[in-house]
Amino acid sequence: MIGYAVRRLLMLVPVFLAVSVVIFLILHLIPGDPIDNLIRIGSSPAQREIIAQRYGLDRSLPEQYFIWLGNVLRGDLGTAIVGQRPVSTMILQALPYSLALGGAALLFSASLGILLGVIAAWKRDGWADQLIMGGVLLGSTMPTFWLGLLMILLFSVHLGWFPVSGARNWQSLVLPVLTIGLAGTALVARVTRVAMIEAQQRDFVMLLHAKGLPRWRIHLGHVLRHALTAVVTILALRIGWILGGAVTVEVVFARPGLGTLLIKALNQHDYPVVQASLLMLAMAVMLGTLLGDLIQAALDPRVRTAMS
Amino acid sequence: MTALLTVADMQVTIGPVTPLDGIGFTLDRGEILGLVGESGSGKSLTAMAIMGLLPLSGGRVSAGSIRFDGTELTSLGEDAYRQLRGKRIAFISQNPMTALDPLQTIGAQVDVIGTLHFGKSRAEARRRTLEVLTQLRIPEAAAICASYPHQLSGGMKQRIVIAMALAGEPDLIIADEPTTALDVTVQAQIIHLLAELVRERGMALLLITHDMGVVAQCCDRVAVLYAGRLAEAAAIDPLFAAPAHPYTQALIACIPRDDTRKGTLAGIPGTVPAVSAYPPGCRYHPRCPQAQDICRTTVPDSRPRPSGVVACHFPGPTNG
Amino acid sequence: MSIATSTRHHGVAWRDVAVLRALRTPKGALAGGWIILVVLAAVFAPLLTPYAYDLQSLKEAYQPPSAAHWLGTDEFGRDLLTRLLYGGRTSLSVSGIAIGVSVFVGMVLGAAAGYFGKRFDQMIMVAVDLTWSFPEILVALMLVAIIGPGITGTLVAIGVAYLAQFTRLTRAQIMAIKSETYVEAARSLGASHARVLTGHLLPNALAPVLVSGMLATGDAIILEATLGFFGLGAQPPTPSWGAMMSSGTALLFKAPWIIIFPGLAVAITVVAINIYGDALIRALDIRTRLRAA
Repeated sequence: MIGYAVRRLLMLVPVFLAVSVVIFLILHLIPGDPIDNLIRIGSSPAQREIIAQRYGLDRSLPEQYFIWLGNVLRGDLGTAIVGQRPVSTMILQALPYSLALGGAALLFSASLGILLGVIAAWKRDGWADQLIMGGVLLGSTMPTFWLGLLMILLFSVHLGWFPVSGARNWQSLVLPVLTIGLAGTALVARVTRVAMIEAQQRDFVMLLHAKGLPRWRIHLGHVLRHALTAVVTILALRIGWILGGAVTVEVVFARPGLGTLLIKALNQHDYPVVQASLLMLAMAVMLGTLLGDLIQAALDPRVRTAMS
Repeated sequence: MTALLTVADMQVTIGPVTPLDGIGFTLDRGEILGLVGESGSGKSLTAMAIMGLLPLSGGRVSAGSIRFDGTELTSLGEDAYRQLRGKRIAFISQNPMTALDPLQTIGAQVDVIGTLHFGKSRAEARRRTLEVLTQLRIPEAAAICASYPHQLSGGMKQRIVIAMALAGEPDLIIADEPTTALDVTVQAQIIHLLAELVRERGMALLLITHDMGVVAQCCDRVAVLYAGRLAEAAAIDPLFAAPAHPYTQALIACIPRDDTRKGTLAGIPGTVPAVSAYPPGCRYHPRCPQAQDICRTTVPDSRPRPSGVVACHFPGPTNG
Repeated sequence: MSIATSTRHHGVAWRDVAVLRALRTPKGALAGGWIILVVLAAVFAPLLTPYAYDLQSLKEAYQPPSAAHWLGTDEFGRDLLTRLLYGGRTSLSVSGIAIGVSVFVGMVLGAAAGYFGKRFDQMIMVAVDLTWSFPEILVALMLVAIIGPGITGTLVAIGVAYLAQFTRLTRAQIMAIKSETYVEAARSLGASHARVLTGHLLPNALAPVLVSGMLATGDAIILEATLGFFGLGAQPPTPSWGAMMSSGTALLFKAPWIIIFPGLAVAITVVAINIYGDALIRALDIRTRLRAA
């Protein structure tokens, strides 16, 4: 299992390199001299020289990439144009907030989604199924930010239950998690329902009935476990989407975090911050996918055999 | 004395259609009954009906009776039925490749019979599992118990399925084409193993197959189904000596013999009609070489024969 | 775009009606009706409203819905219904055009990868799988970072974000039918690669790809709105559903209707596209083929 984890981690290296090339190129693809995108307007020639040195801007493009990558791997993400703070500090400050939000949203969507999916499959075509699937359609088609704004209107402004914005206490996490969680729950519930229904039709389920197992044991002990491997596979691919929702929701609720950092930097053309936050988000997606793969291997002996 | 299993005039409906009707046969301890017919004739559905598993496919027994050891199964509650399944009536399914839960160890899948039906502890159940596997001459039973289905061959998986059936010490085993998915060499082994066990332990075996050769080798009696109706039922020797129903005759003619030259394998022209397209009268008449006007309009009644019944307007001659 | 040419090999009868047959169920009819309504409203926006979308009237600012302004007015006193109709023009055309181009490019790439295979296939699929593993919003934000905010950036961002999906789907369809006998027969009769691709393979792959393109248009409307909400989409004073909500965020407590109506427009339209798309999938009976990717 550890060998498998290490192998999967190594497989991420080329993906990471490819993503880092794209993110590195942002600076060179936007119009204008790269140095102008790395430094405040009106900086002195001496300051420009320091930046040019640091990024190796007089060298060839591949050399510049490796200098940049070296800096990134050492934890040097450059200096923000707006505010002149080290980008690594800004990222480190934002990261815990995003992790808390993403993790809580993931946990919420997975647990509620699986529960609803199981109920919908158990009561297939009954009223509970129709109700859940209707909610799923609504949940997956509402723009996340709009849902967030409506939640603020209802729960914060009218009912006054939760804070409107910020990240001071756990209450401030509730609405953002609900907002991302609704779309996430919809996704998980839909996938679980289909996976449960497909798993119920497998041959071995009939034999379990023939062995005299009670229906609930067949469903919870065998069918659900099967469905979960399918759910985890798809979730592993989709963890990025839930984390992507975190970007939007942070902006809506004015929470500190990577998403807020990225969107603000994009609007302010603060490219060192844009690059760093994109890189962090991409890595979060990759690690999320890896996590999903590992859970899948833990659930399915066939995956373990295929990998060893 | 009444037989262990008596199916009488059974009718099965699934939604708007009636895929089975007028099915009847008996089976006693120590006996092997072959249930034969082409695909689509209703063999598996008959097995599902006896197992009480029709609701899984949205069907039910809508008429007739299934009596098992004095108990009427058609009116049995689900809980009582569940206690019969896996214990007194065991099932061996068609495709061993897909019959086992791929996510659970072999041991756990057999153990559950012991813990569920005999109230054994896990350790006791495992001891019993090892015992059964050893009786089935499965080498390295302990290692097999720890492995997962995808690590075993098809023949080994089918032995495991048989072990699961035997672990309940059942009175009746229903085996639905237990060998069709296996290699030819393994097929014979598995069939002989099953037949031997049944005789040794005085169990009853309902063997579903489309292979008349297998029937001739190991069954005591045969019930032939065609398009959801019983065509003929008889003891094995009179049936092969003088098949009364034209369909039985055709099936027997299909058995490849040693003297059959290559390329002359016989077949029955046409196919079994779909449930929604059962013809009126005798359902076999479109394919029957001896069909007369009455066959096209009137359903033939089951009439007694020296060792069984036949449902045909013009049954073949009996030899004594 | 129509499904009409998709089914050369399955007979003529149903291909003309699949799009209409999806309207036969009450759900499908309602959803299809709403889509037609929204498109017509966007096209004929100038005829439907007496106001101009950028007509400011500060003394009429922050008006709640009324007889004169059915959906109220915004902070500049602009009529919200007018802006909603014009915003629909931006949102629908940007999403539609971006997805249209993306479908076309995706089909070309996917067909080439699936048909020619080998190195070519590997090259394309490495790039495609790379974007596939990241959420569309992240891919889109990366592209907006390069191209800069505005309609062009949004168009490219949406187009590229969904490209992987169409490429994978086309490739899977082509691979599935490439080895069927009629294709091999055509090749052995001397048909050129181009002829086989355009005459035999693509028509068969068309239905699932177009339907998934339609469903993606719904997602693209949300993506466009999200980029607009971030202030990275259409720039003022051009209205789009996302941009309207972006400027409305600050006024959430003062004039919630500025946010609520564009959001409703997005949500209902996307739900309608999903329901209609589902009906279409059922009418065309292509659910399993859509899963191939």
